[in-house]
Amino acid sequence: MNDQHGTELEPTELGSTELGSTRPGYSPIAPISHRSRVTDTDPKAARRAERQVATMFMLSMVFVVLFVIAFIAIDKTTVVYIPVLGVVGASNVALGFTFGVSVFLIGAGAIQWAKKLMPDVEVVQQRHDMVSEKADENEAAANYERGKEESGFARYKIIRRTLIGALALFPIPLIVLLRDLWITPAGESPAELLSTTMWKDGMVIIPDIGYEAGKEGTADELGIRPEDIPVGGLVSALPIEIGLLKAAKPNLIERGKASIILVRMDPSEIRSQQGEGWDYNGILAFSKICTHVGCPIALYERRTHHLLCPCHQSTFDLADSGDVVFGPAARRMPQLPIGINDEGLLVAKAPFADPVGPSFWERDLT
Amino acid sequence: MSNPTVNTNSLGDSETKAGDPIEKIGGATATYVDQRLGSNRFLGRNLGKVFPDHWSFMLGEIALYSFIVVLLTGTYLTLFYNPSMAEVIYDGSYVPLKGVHMSDAYASTLNISFDVRGGLLIRQMHHWAALIFVAAVAVHMFRVFFTGAFRKPREFNWIVGVALTALALGAGFTGYSLPDDLLSGTGLQIIRGILQSIPLVGTWAAFLVFGGEFPGDDIIPRLYSAHILLIPGLILALITVHLMMVWTQKHTQFPGPGRTNDNVVGYPLLPVYMAKAGGFFFVVFGIIALIGGLVTINPIWIFGPYTPDQVTAGTQPDWYIGWLDGALRLMPNWESVIFGFTFSWNVLIPSVIIPGILFTGLALYPFLEAWATGDKREHNLLDRPRNAPVRTGIGVMAIVFYGILWIGGGNDIVATAFDLSINSLSWTLRIMLIIAPPIAFVITKRICLGLQRRDRDKLLHGYESGRVLRLPHGEFIEVHLPLNEKELAVISGKEDLRVLPAPAKADPDGVKNKMYPVQNLRHKLSVFFLGDNIEKPSQAEIDAGQAHAAHGAELEAPLHEYELLDQDPVGHGGVLHHPGMAKTNQEQIDQRQ
Repeated sequence: MNDQHGTELEPTELGSTELGSTRPGYSPIAPISHRSRVTDTDPKAARRAERQVATMFMLSMVFVVLFVIAFIAIDKTTVVYIPVLGVVGASNVALGFTFGVSVFLIGAGAIQWAKKLMPDVEVVQQRHDMVSEKADENEAAANYERGKEESGFARYKIIRRTLIGALALFPIPLIVLLRDLWITPAGESPAELLSTTMWKDGMVIIPDIGYEAGKEGTADELGIRPEDIPVGGLVSALPIEIGLLKAAKPNLIERGKASIILVRMDPSEIRSQQGEGWDYNGILAFSKICTHVGCPIALYERRTHHLLCPCHQSTFDLADSGDVVFGPAARRMPQLPIGINDEGLLVAKAPFADPVGPSFWERDLT
Repeated sequence: MSNPTVNTNSLGDSETKAGDPIEKIGGATATYVDQRLGSNRFLGRNLGKVFPDHWSFMLGEIALYSFIVVLLTGTYLTLFYNPSMAEVIYDGSYVPLKGVHMSDAYASTLNISFDVRGGLLIRQMHHWAALIFVAAVAVHMFRVFFTGAFRKPREFNWIVGVALTALALGAGFTGYSLPDDLLSGTGLQIIRGILQSIPLVGTWAAFLVFGGEFPGDDIIPRLYSAHILLIPGLILALITVHLMMVWTQKHTQFPGPGRTNDNVVGYPLLPVYMAKAGGFFFVVFGIIALIGGLVTINPIWIFGPYTPDQVTAGTQPDWYIGWLDGALRLMPNWESVIFGFTFSWNVLIPSVIIPGILFTGLALYPFLEAWATGDKREHNLLDRPRNAPVRTGIGVMAIVFYGILWIGGGNDIVATAFDLSINSLSWTLRIMLIIAPPIAFVITKRICLGLQRRDRDKLLHGYESGRVLRLPHGEFIEVHLPLNEKELAVISGKEDLRVLPAPAKADPDGVKNKMYPVQNLRHKLSVFFLGDNIEKPSQAEIDAGQAHAAHGAELEAPLHEYELLDQDPVGHGGVLHHPGMAKTNQEQIDQRQ
């Protein structure tokens, strides 16, 4: 029915195509009213469009040349000030601009060509149901029956069952092979590793600032004295033996577990602790690793003694056993018992009593 | 009226010389290939393949093209990037980090950014193209969902699309982690925490993934092989399947003049879509290159190398991970210890269970809706979102849910920017997460039904012209005019589905209907989906309504053709007539056309 309507479209102008349907490669024109473009009726406009397209393609070539010039001529360290963008690397901006424009112009030219000069008359094609012809379906069924018959898949029950069994077991080696993604050191289990850090009784505490700067030295030079920490202050710290771990891997692993924060408050402000006398004159040590999903925390509000995780805003009250006061963390921040050694340096008095960092399945079994 | 043959004939017309050497070579090549592959059979059938036109069909194209840009720029990056966590001391052009210990991965990323000419451009193009890719995938999915393009026969392709969405997130996250800067390392630390929250196997899973304790030195090389081989390979394979299905099933189209469920109206592949789509690839490519050159993204040199005991405030993941981070932030701190085993609901629910439910629900949605509505027909004409109010409502509900999680992902930024308490903001978002989606559903459904009523009015009475007419006996009426061809076709393209009948508890002989609970559920779901729909008038009613509107228009005195009268249009609405001038508005409209 649509094809008949289609003839209302001034067939004379459509010329020899007869709505396109009779010529190979042409689809019937859709029976929709259509407004012609300027480029269809005015040869001048068509030539103008032609020139526009060619200009874009030509400019694209020009910008490729400019790109190569910019690549060679602009030093990679040169910076320029560009309004809105600020101070930026000149090379990057020039390369991105010239490359982007050259590529963009190819696209813009092609689209302009399509929109102005290629036909904008919509055509129609018929769809076909996705379902197969009955004959094809029958042939498929017949082939299946033949295959079943010839293989004897239905008859040889024992073959069928053992095959299914064999195929079911086939992936097992592929899974087993994944076991040594972690080559487990003898006698170590994940739960134990997660539950222990290098802190032990008497280990000197050093600030991570000095450590970051690569400062080396004796305990006396590196360690912290109580008087180094003012009331209300916070110091990120590490065990002194972290310096013995020279290789990056054990060093980073231990820093991900053993890093602590030291805060000092007026002893009268401490409402409770995880253990009797775990502080030293109001100086408290807590794990720095959030018990939620493990982000390091050093956002401390001195008036409320709240420690806030920057990742998910779990908030811990350090004056009250490091308990969770807000946010998604379920466990309090583990506290490290501290004291001073003979040289007057802050030291750990015992390892962490609780595992540090995020919870895990076996956490309460250890 | 155009002359469409002018431009289509160029192959055979006089401008092309009969013996054009390039065409000769082209023809010979085609024959050569055809003799070996039978390719002309395919070309003959497909070069003229018709694709329908609509701006929203471009969204999938953006996804495809930005993915190609990601592949191209990514290949380039692999030439310079070193996926190693071995420790090096930086000695490149970026002065502030000179002498700092860092992983080779981070150092080589710095080298790409500062010492490889054009390296930063490629890196930023890669990142921007990835962000655009995920965004385009998401918006493309919205388009497909809201227009019902996932319905039979396209359910498989919807599932492929859902898988592609999940893979796109995976590709994004693995890539984000590769530079081994402070931000991305923090992201990995969170992944470690998430893995550890999985019951029974979580601790071991985390140790296997990271090759031991976090961070170890295996994770970057492992992410690298996933990022450059496994995930892109899967994406490429699924995109191929995705496009082949679109090709075989032919693209859906919106209702419109001349468009039916059995045809496809649009432009042929050669030349129009070849030029438009091919050109659009270059446009997307060019825009990404411009953004990559002009807009900084992920300045890893500012964040510094990763160490697990440092973090910066205001850390934000890439936008598409924001909703998961938000879910982690908004979740209450539930954890239970059962028989000594720890269940970290506070991590497990937001990062594993909620995404699992969302993606499973997405994948199953076409089947759920078809079952609930009893709709087994093939659909090649798209729904206007208003004509499927419950589906549209569900979609908006999901977007609102997602949106609140997304805001939650930036709750610290929002709180700082608007000077709010982070605690009350978090609580507000928690409550909104529960109550806002249902409210959004109801509002959306009501708006859709209102639009349906409006459409029905238009079919029955024509559209309100905005012109008020006083009849001789003093009555004022607003002139209604018949809809134009396109609007009429679009509005009357609505399909009405019937609510499934309520099942009987027992048949007339008193035999109990064992399937009653299932059938009754299905009946109730179909009432939920379809019960409130506004029925489309019959064709006879529509014809009568439009004819009446046309008649109504004749009542009105014509508008003046001001240009002809050459006078001030003050006398508008009068009864002046010139010879040859339209007597009615309708005639005038016809004349203009």
